Amino acid sequence: MSTATLDSPPAPAEAPIPTFTVTMMVRRFNPEVDEEPHWEDFDVELYPTDRVLDALHKIKWEQDGSLTFRRSCAHGVCGSDAMRINGRNRLACKTLMKDLDITKPVYVEAIKGLPLEKDLVVDMEPFFASYREVQPFLQASSKPDKERLQSAAERARFDDTTKCILCAACTSSCPVFWTDGQYFGPAAIVNAHRFIFDSRDEASSVRLDILNDKEGVWRCRTTFNCTDACPRGIQVTQAIAEVKQAIMFGKR
Amino acid sequence: MSAIIESPRQPQQRASKGRVNWEKYGWLYMRASGVLLIILIFGHLFVNLVQGEGIKAIDFAFVAGKYATPFWQIWDVVMLWLAMIHGSNGMRTIVNDYASNPLVRRILLGALFVAAVVLIVLGTLVVFTFDPCSTLIPADQALSFCPAP
Repeated sequence: MSTATLDSPPAPAEAPIPTFTVTMMVRRFNPEVDEEPHWEDFDVELYPTDRVLDALHKIKWEQDGSLTFRRSCAHGVCGSDAMRINGRNRLACKTLMKDLDITKPVYVEAIKGLPLEKDLVVDMEPFFASYREVQPFLQASSKPDKERLQSAAERARFDDTTKCILCAACTSSCPVFWTDGQYFGPAAIVNAHRFIFDSRDEASSVRLDILNDKEGVWRCRTTFNCTDACPRGIQVTQAIAEVKQAIMFGKR
Repeated sequence: MSAIIESPRQPQQRASKGRVNWEKYGWLYMRASGVLLIILIFGHLFVNLVQGEGIKAIDFAFVAGKYATPFWQIWDVVMLWLAMIHGSNGMRTIVNDYASNPLVRRILLGALFVAAVVLIVLGTLVVFTFDPCSTLIPADQALSFCPAP
């Protein structure tokens, strides 16, 4: 008895996957050498399935190892590689090159409004400082034997804002945050919203007081930049408006 | 290509807690006065520019006739106060957003406050002390019911 094997018929030679060459303009900044950031261009050969992150990897691995950027999971979950691509805040790992206009150079720079450290890396500390200020953790006095129960409807109330990955794409696209860094920023308000509308949490009035600050939700100009920038599709501006309503009329 | 926003800043120290939060009332005022101003301004424009003879009706006598009635006096004063405070508050938020130098900010906010107060006081004074037969009006434009000077 003969066993069919895979290698009997020779596989037809696959057509080579087409590639294209893209010019990447990267805004470089080396704090040890440069006074000011400057644009530098790289030509990269890419497949249609490649993302901006792959292009940056190709530059770093094959052309200039000093290119500095953050990335961790590379699959749109960790939120490390938010950057400004063609003037819009996106995750480099979720932006396909073929979706951009590759007949022109693709511009990549660090997100704005946070201190630039090197190339595409910014100091996220001011961002996390305002995140910490809204007390983004569950505060409940009850000590149940098992889990704290919650109905599906109660869970759905704040479902949208649980998706935040703290990539800072929203906060660093906010013109109020750009012009003066005192505003909490959309990301902090989104994460406050996640607990304010959680039925298990007991400290929502504390958070609403914090966001009722001079630099709190009232500085929002509803420009919707944050909603446009969010790589997770969170309705950020709506969340901010719901927090405003909760401050005025109480939680609903 | 993409607009470049230079020199990001660290957050400054947050204002101390425990004071009255005017920002919330400012925000509410902008919404409430905005709705009222839509009615007041479009009513004003309709009466002045569309109704009757339209724009050709506007002359000194037309304005004098409006200010002879308490209805239009109150209409115009309410519109003046709401619009001046609405506009000044809007300018204040822009100054707060863009003037990062504390001295520049104080100068601009001070100038804004003075301008708003002067215009509100002046406008209110004009509406309520308006005299159609003022002796300052040239004789050929004087209204017929006024006593001859």
